[in-house]
Amino acid sequence: MSAPAGCRDVPVLKERGQREVFCGLTGIIWLHRKMQDAFFLVVGSRTCAHLLQSAAGVMIFAEPRFGTAILEEKDLAGLADAHAELDREVERLLARRPDIRQLFLVGSCPSEVIKLDLAKAAERLTQVHAPHVRVLNFSGSGIETTFTQGEDACLAAMVPVLPETDAAELLLVGALPDVVEDQALQLLRDMGLGAVRCLPARRADDIPAIGPNTRFALLQPFLGDTHAALIRRGAQHIPAPFPFGAEGTTLWLHAIARAFDIPAERVEAVIAAPRARAEAAVARVAETLRGKSVFFFPDSQLEPSLARFLTRECGMSAIEIGTPWLHQEIIGPELDLIAPGPTLSEGQDVDLQLDRVRAARPDLTVCGLGLANPLESEGLATKWAIELVFTPVHLYEQAADLAQLFARPLRRRALLAGPRLEAAE
Amino acid sequence: MKLTLWTYEGPPHVGAMRVATGMKGLHFVLHAPQGDTYADLLFTMIERRGHRPPVTYTTFQARDLGADTAGLFKQTCRDAYERFKPEAILVAASCTAELIQDDPGGLAESMGLPVPVIALDLPSYQRKENFGCDEAFLQIARALAQPMERTARVSCNILGPTGLGFRHRDDVAEITALLEEMGVDVNVVAPMGARPSDIARLGAAHFNVLLYPETAEGAARWAEKALGQPYTRVIPMGAGATRDFIAEVRALSGATAPVDESRLRQPWWSASVDSTYLTGKRVFLFGDASHVMAAARVARDEMGFEVCGMGAYNREFARPLRAMARDFGLEALITDDYLEVERAIEALQPEMILGTQMERHIGKRLGIPCAVISAPVHVQDFPARYSPVMGFEGANVLFDTWVHPLVMGLEEHLLHMFREDFEFHDAAGPSHHGGHAPRALDAGTATPQAMAAADGGSMPPEAAPPVTAANDPQPALSADNVIWLDDAERELKKIPFFVRGKARRNTEKYAAERGIAHISVETLYEAKAHYAR
Repeated sequence: MSAPAGCRDVPVLKERGQREVFCGLTGIIWLHRKMQDAFFLVVGSRTCAHLLQSAAGVMIFAEPRFGTAILEEKDLAGLADAHAELDREVERLLARRPDIRQLFLVGSCPSEVIKLDLAKAAERLTQVHAPHVRVLNFSGSGIETTFTQGEDACLAAMVPVLPETDAAELLLVGALPDVVEDQALQLLRDMGLGAVRCLPARRADDIPAIGPNTRFALLQPFLGDTHAALIRRGAQHIPAPFPFGAEGTTLWLHAIARAFDIPAERVEAVIAAPRARAEAAVARVAETLRGKSVFFFPDSQLEPSLARFLTRECGMSAIEIGTPWLHQEIIGPELDLIAPGPTLSEGQDVDLQLDRVRAARPDLTVCGLGLANPLESEGLATKWAIELVFTPVHLYEQAADLAQLFARPLRRRALLAGPRLEAAE
Repeated sequence: MKLTLWTYEGPPHVGAMRVATGMKGLHFVLHAPQGDTYADLLFTMIERRGHRPPVTYTTFQARDLGADTAGLFKQTCRDAYERFKPEAILVAASCTAELIQDDPGGLAESMGLPVPVIALDLPSYQRKENFGCDEAFLQIARALAQPMERTARVSCNILGPTGLGFRHRDDVAEITALLEEMGVDVNVVAPMGARPSDIARLGAAHFNVLLYPETAEGAARWAEKALGQPYTRVIPMGAGATRDFIAEVRALSGATAPVDESRLRQPWWSASVDSTYLTGKRVFLFGDASHVMAAARVARDEMGFEVCGMGAYNREFARPLRAMARDFGLEALITDDYLEVERAIEALQPEMILGTQMERHIGKRLGIPCAVISAPVHVQDFPARYSPVMGFEGANVLFDTWVHPLVMGLEEHLLHMFREDFEFHDAAGPSHHGGHAPRALDAGTATPQAMAAADGGSMPPEAAPPVTAANDPQPALSADNVIWLDDAERELKKIPFFVRGKARRNTEKYAAERGIAHISVETLYEAKAHYAR
């Protein structure tokens, strides 16, 4: 990369205190929609089940493709029995759901504290249910993972069992809504890249093969462990800013093109129209955002990428960019693009951070659902961070939607302008 | 180990949070890993609270487990006291912290904080949310309240309302007003709205009104023994129960002031001829036991429904519910497995469900109308308007909310007259609900089962109430480019207005699917015939 002119070398404020974040189990909410023949079985407590039901904000009723095997008193007493119980629950589940081809045993805080070995269980259950069902495990526990790290842990768990290939293919890594993934594949096809594989695949039969000639591009900045696992398999990473906004998408596509020796002119020809469309659409939405300040609480690890988009394409200024983890190697290309000025913070002490946001009084605060209404009642406009993860926001065609997510709270505020709302007791 | 897809109750520490969040001047320090903070959003989002719950989590991580989690707990406790300066501190462990056995109570007591420290023992692998509420309130009362001189005028405490309670906010207002009308002062309402210093005054009341046994029976029993306060047993839900409650309060207090019943409209609304169609409607009830038992009486005796099944998810109250079910000639369903509830409803095929948000979704899947009578709560259960379910206004509210999901009287007659009509069938839903007709249209067929299947069983975002016109989804297919010929347009106008929109959409859908650009009278009737299958 070129000499860093941005925030890459800015000292990071590292905090350790109460973290107001979700645990990695939350990732199941979108992963189970993405992988249509997978089931996610959390081995945990009633709290885990309650989290999944509450955090989603949406209940996908019928029969969701996730559930919680709730540990009971007797499971804690004898681990051998816990394994037998787990085998029995899995047996019943797979008998009822013959459409399931991949089963993820998902570790939780309690299962890790009692050292219930889910890797061993997954191995044992794979032998029992192969070849129809492959059983894998990963941890979504709050003691190990923060929010989007659940997806990272899930994808990283899949990497070691991916088949081997020598083909020089591109692998896109990260769970995107199908419609957006299709857009990415189309752009890449138009650039001349036909053989593109995706992790996660939509169905078990489409699982990609990887090897030393695989080059991979990340679609999400929170995939640090997956990144490491792919490198261990010999695949090569294509570092780039992430495809948020017109600029991010352009840089991301160019980085891939360079890795595959595709001439820049060809990329320009392919992206000219969608890029112009995205820039024009973002500019319209940015009228609401220009000149406004933004403050990020840590949530999804998307924060540096979003701050880059808002500061460079929407005319906002960033006061603080909080993120649960700052993975320099992955997020570096983003930090290079962010003008110095904002505080970069990693980790959290929520009370101290609330003191800072109250002092700074930004025009827009990006935070979790537990903080949004309390800050609104103090007169601060907020954007729920979780929506940034649950909404299609990648690539050109969604660039304006992404800007819109930030603009809507400000527009709404302007519409409702009048006496300050009194907070509900 | 028990496989659970959806749960009625959260873990016990969430119950303790409901008590702490309802109160003021109290702070709860919870030993818990990061991620457990999700519980905050229950209060800030579902209840739209403008304040964070008064809870500090230690949010320990894997790297802390090898080190000093006990030290982390003490530091968190100290910081929370310094920052929030509460009148009392509640401490407990969540499910994970219970496993690492740091003993938050012992640690906090050893710190010599200048305020009372109340330790809770919440066995997460055995008990659930309601237990957590009840236990937290009991321990707070035990720690802070003592026998004391009674108030000069006769007074009572109202026990049970918490954060995230089903209509607690308005029930308390309604019952407080009723008691004051009777000449009984309300000494303290707790836990909701009370400070630790108010809890210390509990003993000044002459008796207790127990509104929510699920969350406060433990405290009411303790107060009966330790403070010599009898407590009320009647839950004042419905006209009859409210009158019984008034009689019970008079007996306990000696109050004789008359109560004005002129606001109570529900008995006449039920008796008036328009309500004849409610007669013998088969209803299934499910929820927390207290609300179900109270609602069953209203359903049978005040609405004229036939109760065809009843049950509760909280086993602690199974015994009185079973007894009541026997009186109704039924066997109570006691389970916290929603699949079992769904099977029971499917087998009974009631005409209406009075349940929780879970049953609302079961009802949606099965095409059975549902009104919500009990927690677990949802953003819809916190209406902006005053909407109690207790007292005389509560009885009025129950009438309205239970009748609302049903097809109304005259419309029901028409349904029977035109049973075979393609657009005017049960699955189309009541005509006063904008949301239903297009759903049938999307499914392209008339049976509720097919509707549920086409729906993929998925539910809308929780913030979107399904029954408001504003949420009326646009028909999925684009029928914009289909043109109505004049004679077809005239024919359409002959169809009664309340089904015309649906006939139009069905016909357009039919035409669009077949690539018919111009709708003639022929097309209209072909569509009618098609959907009449």
